This record gives sequence, structure tokens and C-alpha cells, in this order.
Amino acid sequence: MNASELLSYPFMQRALLAALFTGLAAPAIGTYLVQRRLALMGDGIGHVAVTGVALGLVTGWSPTWTAVVVAVLGAVLIEVIRERGHTNGDVALALLFYGGLAGGVLVTGLGGQSAAQLQQYLFGSITTISAGDVIVTMVLAALVILVCVGLAPQLFAVAQDPEFARVAGLKVRVYNVLVAVLAAVSVTVAMRTVGLLLVSALMVVPVATSQQLSRTFRATLVSAMALGCLASVGGLTISAFASYHATVAPGPTIVLLSLAGFVVTWPIGAWLRHRARLHAPFADEPVGHDVTDTHPHDHGPACGHVAVPHDDHVDYVHDGHRHAPHGAHYDEH
Amino acid sequence: MPVAPVHLRDGAVAIGGRPVLRGIDLTVPAGEFLALLGPNGSGKSTLVRALTGLRPLARGELTLFGTPFERFGEWHRIGFVPQRSGAASGVPASVREVVTSGRLTRRRLLRPLGATDRRAIDDAIELVGLTDRARDGVSTLSGGQQQRVLIARALAGDPELFFLDEPTAGVDLPQQQVLADTLRALKDRGSTIVLVAHELGPLAPLVERSIVMRDGRIVYDGAPLAEDDVLGQHHHDHLAADQRGDHAPLVRSPLEGGGR
Repeated sequence: MNASELLSYPFMQRALLAALFTGLAAPAIGTYLVQRRLALMGDGIGHVAVTGVALGLVTGWSPTWTAVVVAVLGAVLIEVIRERGHTNGDVALALLFYGGLAGGVLVTGLGGQSAAQLQQYLFGSITTISAGDVIVTMVLAALVILVCVGLAPQLFAVAQDPEFARVAGLKVRVYNVLVAVLAAVSVTVAMRTVGLLLVSALMVVPVATSQQLSRTFRATLVSAMALGCLASVGGLTISAFASYHATVAPGPTIVLLSLAGFVVTWPIGAWLRHRARLHAPFADEPVGHDVTDTHPHDHGPACGHVAVPHDDHVDYVHDGHRHAPHGAHYDEH
Repeated sequence: MPVAPVHLRDGAVAIGGRPVLRGIDLTVPAGEFLALLGPNGSGKSTLVRALTGLRPLARGELTLFGTPFERFGEWHRIGFVPQRSGAASGVPASVREVVTSGRLTRRRLLRPLGATDRRAIDDAIELVGLTDRARDGVSTLSGGQQQRVLIARALAGDPELFFLDEPTAGVDLPQQQVLADTLRALKDRGSTIVLVAHELGPLAPLVERSIVMRDGRIVYDGAPLAEDDVLGQHHHDHLAADQRGDHAPLVRSPLEGGGR
């Protein structure tokens, strides 16, 4: 079994296309959710969408479209509660989590549908996706990506500081609802790839990974999209090859691969932040003139001690001291 | 006589049905440097929020640059510097990115930054003295530097009227001096500045007119007060005896207030 053979299967081609588009769209909107500290919003919408899928299964309409409609309604509701309610956003999210999931399971049972069918949507079933569904996925994902990139200056400003954005004349409420709707659309797009219960991972984990190393918003957005793409296409490929030896579901593989990326980058990010903190310049004024005792060591650029800029000179930090060269001796700063 | 950038007549603001500001009459002529002073809870920040439209007026008429607020759309003429919030956003953003968002008042939808926009952004960053930190993440800057980023963001849209809400809060004394120099540069350009402050510190020499608020009303409007007067330690014609003590605007010694 090699790659070209795998690619020759039409179901695999469809799955790879869906994974590629989902992997790009979910982190794009996820970046704005993380920026607003609404990382769990995707989860809340995902749970609400369960009711939408159940309605589709019971009525015989396309579960994708009923999920889109219910998810958009749920997302707008979350946004309204958040804006109006003055209650914490997390309580609003929790209410929708449980209501959506319970409603979905109840409706599925009432309609006489098996739980197995619902499970396709809960945990994804990317390899059974139909040609029509792939096209819907690609169109919706492209829409999300275009808006997230095209309106990036406005969406960034509104999420960064909503009050400033309002005084700058931006329609903050319109942009907030737009983000909620885009999040709902991404959830339903990613539903077939990783499943409703894991969808938030694809929106949030690539962002968490990319911001370990990035300093700017643009770099975070772009690298999160690249990482999401890598995880979804890579996870799908791994699970396809592994399926010859064991039952390996694509959805969880994608999420775990994405998490593995975070586990690898986090120590690097933590080390970089620690180093930046050590080398941050000292701003305080030296108090008096405090000469060190006899100092056997000559500090210099190559001495290995942490060198920190301090006004017009450099302090060398070691053993709880800050030593500043002063003529032939060192001052305690 | 040019039209006054800010004119509010008989303004009142209610929050949750309870009146917070009452009977506010305020006109800010072009080019003035106005300080809104008062203790915590006196309504000075609420007044600025009402003047920028962030708080709806329960009654009264507000005109900005001669246009009634309901019809006002020239947001590029206003630069708002909000109180620096403690919590940074969830995703890193560079100084330049934050300042660039201030240029949105003059940009059309879906258009990339033009040469004029870039120059305005560079100039704004340079004026606040952060050119060498432009690529750094905002969260890595000190409190005073972050405050200067917010001023640069307002500046990027080339506004004529600035609202600053407590720019010196939590900023150490040397950085307050840098802020004062920045605001002096704005003043010298002829900008109109409305500044909310708990303590003026190094900003005091810039102020041309002081308004002192207490319990949602204006209790003093006139020439800048010496710090002792605002403290209420001396009897003053404009400040009745009962306005001193607990309720008097507190301007602490800058040396005590500056430490972090």
C-alpha cells in the first residue's frame, strides 16, 4: 500500500479535499475566538449543532443544512446573551452546551433513529463524505477564509478593543455577530472531518501552538492556518495507512496530531518567554554608589553571565546580584 | 470663531435606571487642553464615555464639531485613548499592528494600506518614541509604554480631538514625564485634548482649564487648580467646605503615587 494507490480511491480524494479546506478555515476563525478569550465558543456551537443534525436525521432533510441553521441561531444567541446579559459568557455557553447535546440525543431517539447515525456527526466520518457534501464543505470553508482574511483589520480591531473600535466608527455589533456566524459555519464545515465534539480542537489548538512562537497577530493567524492544514491532512493520511493494522478513526487522529504539535512547541515557547524576561532592561535608578567587595571575576560580553541593558550600561546578573562595571570596580545595582 | 469640537447641554446619564451624571453643561473650544478631575466614582470617566457615544445620554443635546451626535459620522476627527485594561488579548499583537488599527477610521473596507496610511502609522509610533519596539509584542512592554501605544493608535487616524481616560494610572514617574512630553507635542499641533485624571503629576503644566466633578455634577469649571486646591487642604471660593474631606478630589503626591 503506497500513497499513490491510496490517492486513487475517490473516497480518499474527497476526504483529503474536505480535510484541506477544514484545516484552513477552522483555525482562521479560531484565531479571532481565542483573541476574544472565547476559545470554548466552538464547543458550545458544536453541542447546539447536535440538535440541528438530529432534526435533519428525523425530518429527512440534509443534516448538514439543518446543522448550519441551528448552529447559526445558537451562535447568535450566545452573542446576544454575552452582550446583553452581563452574566459571564461561560455560563451562557454552559447552558447551550447541555441544552444542545441533550436536545439532539432526545430528538434522535424520538425519531426512531439509531445512535450510530448520530455518532457519525459527533466524531466525524470523513471517509464516507459524498461528492455533494465535499462541494458544500469547500464553498463554506472558502467563504470563512475569505472573510477572516479580507476583513482582518476590522475583525482584529473589534476583538482587540471593542470600545476603541466603536469610537473609531466601526459597527462593533455587526462584526461580533459576523464572527459568531462564521464560527457556526466553520463548526458545521468541520463536523464531517473531526466531528462536533472535537471541532473546537481544530479551531483552538493550532492557534495555541502558533502563538507559542509568534509575536504578531498576522503571524499567529497565518501559521495557525498552516498548522491546522498540516494536522488535518496529516492526521487523515496517518489514519488511512494505520487502518490496515487497526481501527484508527481520522477525527481523533487529526486532533491528537494537532495536540502533539502543541506539546512539541510549548517548551520552546516557555523557554523563549523565560529568556526574554531575564534579558528585559532594568528601568529603575541605581540607589547611591554601592561598590562590591573584591570581585575576582572580570565581566564581559563573553563571560556567560546574563547581561541586561540598564540605561547607558550593562548589568551582569549572577547569584542574586546585579553588577555594573564602574571604572576598575563593580557597582551593586 | 471656529465651531466647538464638543458641546453638551443639560446632559444626563443613567446606568441601570439610576442617574449617574446630572445637569452637565460643557463646551470645549478648539485647541483647548481640558482636564476632568475628581475622585473615584465622581463620574469623570462616565462623562468621557458619554461624549464618545459609549454611554447613551438619558437627556441633553450633544454636538460634535457642530453635528448632532445622532448624525455624527466623522469618526476620523476623534482619537480615543481608553483606560489601559489589565488583561491583554488572547493572541499576541505587535505594537505596529495595534497602532495600525487606529488608521481604520480613514480606510475603506477591503483596501490594503496605502503609502499615506503607512506614513501616518510610522509617524504616530515615532511621536510616542517606540520606533525601536514597533515589531515587539505589546504584552512585553511596560505599563507606560503600553499607554503610549494606545496614544499612538489614536494618533494614527490624524484626529483633531483627543479623549484620554486616565493615561497616567499605574504609570511610574519617569514614564509619566514621557507621556507629558507626548501630549505637549499634540497640544503644540493645535489638537483639542480632553483628559480624565485622578492625579495630574507631570501633566499639570499643560492643563489650560480644569473641571472638577463630584457625585455626577460639575463642581468647578475654570482656571487650572494648584494641587493643594484640588486636595482641598486650603479653603477655596469655588469649593464649598463640604466638598473637602472624603469627597474632595484626591491628587496624591506624584512621588507617592508613582511607584508600582
